[in-house]
Amino acid sequence: MANLISITLDDKKLDVEPGQTVLEVARKAGVDIPVLCQLDGLSTWGACRLCLVEVEGSPRLFPACTTPVADKQVIRTHSEKLAKYRRMTVELLFAERNHICSVCVANNRCELQNLGYRMGMDHVRFPYLTPECNVDASHKDFVIDHNRCVMCTRCVRTCDEVEGAHNWDVMGRGHNSRIVSDLFQPWGESTTCTSCGKCVDACPVGAIWRKDAGQSQLAKRPGMISELVAKRKVKS
Amino acid sequence: MNIQTLNEIKARVQARKSGLKHQVCVCAGAGCISSGALSVLEAAKKQVKDLGMDKEIEIIPVGCMGACNQGPLVKVDPTDTVYQKVGPERVPMLVERHLQNGSLVDDMLLFSEPGKPAPSKKAGELAFNAKQQKSVLSGCGTINPEDIEEYIAAEGYFALHKCLTQMSPEEVIGEVKHSNIRGRGGAGFPTGIKWEMVYKYVSNEKYVICNGDEGDPGAFMDRSVLEGDPHRILEGMAIAGYAVGASRGFIYVRAEYPLAIKRLEIAIKQARKAGLLGAKIFDTEFSFDIEIRIGAGAFVCGEETALIASVEGKRGTPRPRPPYPAQSGVYGKPTLLNNVETFANVPLILLKGGEWFSSIGTPKSTGTKVFALAGKIANTGLIEVPLGITLREIIFEIGGGIPGGKAFKAVQTGGPSGGCIPAQCLDTKVDYESLAAVGSIMGSGGMIVMDETSCMVSIARYFMEFCVDESCGKCIPCRVGTKQMHNLLSKICEGKGTLQDLALLEELAPYVKENSLCALGGSAPNPLLTTLRYFRDEYIAHIVEKRCPAGECKIAKPAASLGAH
Repeated sequence: MANLISITLDDKKLDVEPGQTVLEVARKAGVDIPVLCQLDGLSTWGACRLCLVEVEGSPRLFPACTTPVADKQVIRTHSEKLAKYRRMTVELLFAERNHICSVCVANNRCELQNLGYRMGMDHVRFPYLTPECNVDASHKDFVIDHNRCVMCTRCVRTCDEVEGAHNWDVMGRGHNSRIVSDLFQPWGESTTCTSCGKCVDACPVGAIWRKDAGQSQLAKRPGMISELVAKRKVKS
Repeated sequence: MNIQTLNEIKARVQARKSGLKHQVCVCAGAGCISSGALSVLEAAKKQVKDLGMDKEIEIIPVGCMGACNQGPLVKVDPTDTVYQKVGPERVPMLVERHLQNGSLVDDMLLFSEPGKPAPSKKAGELAFNAKQQKSVLSGCGTINPEDIEEYIAAEGYFALHKCLTQMSPEEVIGEVKHSNIRGRGGAGFPTGIKWEMVYKYVSNEKYVICNGDEGDPGAFMDRSVLEGDPHRILEGMAIAGYAVGASRGFIYVRAEYPLAIKRLEIAIKQARKAGLLGAKIFDTEFSFDIEIRIGAGAFVCGEETALIASVEGKRGTPRPRPPYPAQSGVYGKPTLLNNVETFANVPLILLKGGEWFSSIGTPKSTGTKVFALAGKIANTGLIEVPLGITLREIIFEIGGGIPGGKAFKAVQTGGPSGGCIPAQCLDTKVDYESLAAVGSIMGSGGMIVMDETSCMVSIARYFMEFCVDESCGKCIPCRVGTKQMHNLLSKICEGKGTLQDLALLEELAPYVKENSLCALGGSAPNPLLTTLRYFRDEYIAHIVEKRCPAGECKIAKPAASLGAH
């Protein structure tokens, strides 16, 4: 066993194994840091900025999901400032596209919705951008509704890293970036999609769903992706 | 290649040049080419040949001479005479009067204006040049960028020889650290420390990358160096490769710079042929080669981790650091990434010593810095000044002040990541700390001057629009936050803004700054924050009085109040 390093996590002193991320250490210590783009089993992305934590001695905030713990590090995972910033991030997401919970397949089972509750987001102060987004229902079993997409890329990484198909990728940039199937072909015409449905389970919101799901009926199983990856690992 | 050959080439070129009656340098930088410099070059060459004077008069294309808005520029030596706005139709007169008869053409001298007193006959004595100190640009405008021998004659590749044969990598790094040079890309990280970090990582392969993805609006420092003195970059990169233990280098140039790419390709070919790139350079164990990678038009690829992704052929998006590229860069290997101008300084530091370099500038910001002057200023163009010079000296002495009798309002440094500095801060010294203290950054060297007719809200909106367009879309604060800020700024510019919108802007700016993944989002609010700090009254005028003080924004007169509706 490697030498332990000592860190301070929210005023608690901990001796932990090096090589772990702040998020991993926090979870083991029972500290719940909110995440959206992070999903166990997938490569880290560091983009949703919800897991940002304060590290003493640095003016920067660090994403817990990608930052490795270091000896004598003093980490704060929850503060007034972080709570405010996390709420703003969720507000900006709600304002970005067209999230209307009451008609969504993922209603009551949606990670974004849960984050909204958790951050105490009682209303959105930013003007809604209401962009025009497509709905691609060309696949025989599934639909991707870009109105509900949060660009976490969990589907992209799942398809590439777990299924090995790489049907999904990202096109465009900034607020115009979109998830694309193959080289921007309709999903139903994709030559790479294996129709495995893993992206449906990886998606945290109601953007990718099964055609048989009605309003509030879509049960997601993101843990299945993590479990699959863990079970595939050869034990040493 | 060995030191004898280097010395022979140098002596040969110098002997040829000293035997000349005149050397004529025609600026072949992108600016002068766009105003017709190449036909000037051809016309002059043809005429001199027809006159049978081509043995005593050498006409060469050179890199940018600086005074870009006066182009095409032609310099005649040994008299150090620079002529402005030389069209091909004026070449016969110029050749006849100056080259044949030796009399200067006064009304074509640089900065001459009809009805004004004649400027200095020697270019070096002009106010534009007097306060400048050219070291990075020493070869720009004086040597033919497509001829390796001219670079060698100007002491080129002697620093590389010195490093490979007389110095250990540690000593090279020590010299760079001693010079105290800080990264010229904008952030100002100490270069020597970066080199040392890469050096210390053990790996079977390391890489050196030159960041030539210059993207700030109005900035063209790196382009001019790449176009005007490409071998200097190759030499700087090879020295860096030796110091950190890398055998491969990449130059990342944006596709919008085709001339820089062409000249780099020529330079790399020549250097390989001369044995200055490739295997066993100067018969030592050191091998180093360079490839060009062409950017596809994304500003974010100037960010180091996005650039590395792009070099690898992936979508150019940044990733969180740590790990830093020094530990895990291209293909996961330790990678040294420096800006064009940083590499351009390296041969000089090794040749003249870190002590010499640190004697220029201020103690914390050493050396010289190249700036691109643009906007509402008399002399736009490329300048190089010692750090620690004041903004006032740059704008009013070198730049010649504001044209048309208008009043100076602000200068924007650092592009979309920088800030607007107002008149009361004109005596701010141009160094990393002082510029940060007034809310801006050094940046890569763009300097945009604004006069009283420029609306500061509109400027903030312009730069925010740039960031909205260039955001890669990966992280939420930058992707959505910049878009929200741009919408709010547009609303204010149109006279539809409210004080509540201003409050939202002031809440969003620090949020985007602190939460964004990379420096693009992290610095996107800077133009907004500095204009709010120094020109808050203009925002208030737009919102409360529905009026643009500079007269730039078109605000419709509010209709007579109809009461609540």
